[in-house]
Amino acid sequence: MNLNATLFAQFVVFFILAWFTMKFVWPPIVKALDERAKKVADGLAAADKAKTDLALAEKRVVEELRKARESATDVRATAEKQAAILIEEARTEAARIVAAARTAAEQEAGAAMQKAKEGLRDQVAQLAVVGAERILRKEINAEVHSDLLANLKQEL
Amino acid sequence: MATGHEVQAPTAGEYINHHLTHLNQTGHPQQNIVDWSLINIDTMFWSITIGVITLFFLWRAASKATSGVPGRFQAAVEIIVEMVADQAKGIVHSAESRKFVAPLALTVFVWIFMMNAMDLLPLDLLPTLFQLATGNSHAYMRIVPTADLNATLGMSIGVLTICLWYNIKIKGFGGWVHELFAAPFGDKWFLYPVNFMMQLIEFAAKTISHGMRLFGNMYAGELVFMLIALMGAAWGTAGVAGPLLFVGHVLAGSAWAIFHILIITLQAFIFMMLTLVYVGQAHESH
Repeated sequence: MNLNATLFAQFVVFFILAWFTMKFVWPPIVKALDERAKKVADGLAAADKAKTDLALAEKRVVEELRKARESATDVRATAEKQAAILIEEARTEAARIVAAARTAAEQEAGAAMQKAKEGLRDQVAQLAVVGAERILRKEINAEVHSDLLANLKQEL
Repeated sequence: MATGHEVQAPTAGEYINHHLTHLNQTGHPQQNIVDWSLINIDTMFWSITIGVITLFFLWRAASKATSGVPGRFQAAVEIIVEMVADQAKGIVHSAESRKFVAPLALTVFVWIFMMNAMDLLPLDLLPTLFQLATGNSHAYMRIVPTADLNATLGMSIGVLTICLWYNIKIKGFGGWVHELFAAPFGDKWFLYPVNFMMQLIEFAAKTISHGMRLFGNMYAGELVFMLIALMGAAWGTAGVAGPLLFVGHVLAGSAWAIFHILIITLQAFIFMMLTLVYVGQAHESH
């Protein structure tokens, strides 16, 4: 354990090695470490963001489903209402047509009855005249009594 | 071995002394406690070689570093870098200073760990290979640079220099000189000498204990390995107890080596932490 010039040499070597480390060893390694730390931090942040996004998307899906269900219900209600209206309209129309047909038939029947009545009336008048003629062949002049006969016919 | 040519086996004392002697440019052991004309070639060679190899691997990891999925090697380097960066962040509060101090702490930790780990290689392996290569069976070679006080004190004085630099940079030269005389006891003229003495002692104690702690641990660790090696080496001379010594060598060597893994890591960590703490203190005003 004697002291000699080795001490000074070692002093110099010490600084040269430290300088080398400072210049060529330390900065690249620390840079790589820092970059990796940043990458990891970024990755974690991205994962967090993705999680939030997923939750948002799920919420939106639920919302959209609800909307779709609602609008389907609306559509069905409208369709049912429209169908009811159509049925109602058809029913009204049918009733109207039936009524019209009945009225027309009744009118026709009335007219036919009138006609028949008149025909009958004529025939009865003629029969009456014929009867009267047969009864009063001689004394009654058809022409003289035609006014009378016409009045009679009118009264029937 | 009755060839008659073998070298007389060294005594235990000679063996340990030989292993604790550095190879300097003269090839002879240093005679004086302090001799600035000598330089320990083995310490310089191993510390620079280990430093260059270590930094080469770190540099490779750094130049291929990707912010994507890291490979195993990159991940391993990143664990160390993160650990050092966290410690630096907790102790040195100036982000500007950390740009230099944190890499410095990383260098200190990895480099010292690798130098300490040389202790785990078989004690005589590299020195024997060196002796064979040079053809000098008495050549000195110590392979653990941190078991050389020059190396550890060189580094701790480097840390001291950095502390002084940051003291002046953060507080200004005037502010620092004022602190030298006004702290820790107070800004009174009659306290200036005491304060200044305290500051000098503080800086000296920090630096010397910083270097001595690492040196002491590694030196003692090496010494224990030598003692274990001596125990094993004595098995041929111990008669009946010989096999026991051999088993003892294996057991004690394994146990100490496993325990030493903790020590070399801990000492590297402590040196790094104290470096950060001392630099952090340089940023704080009293």
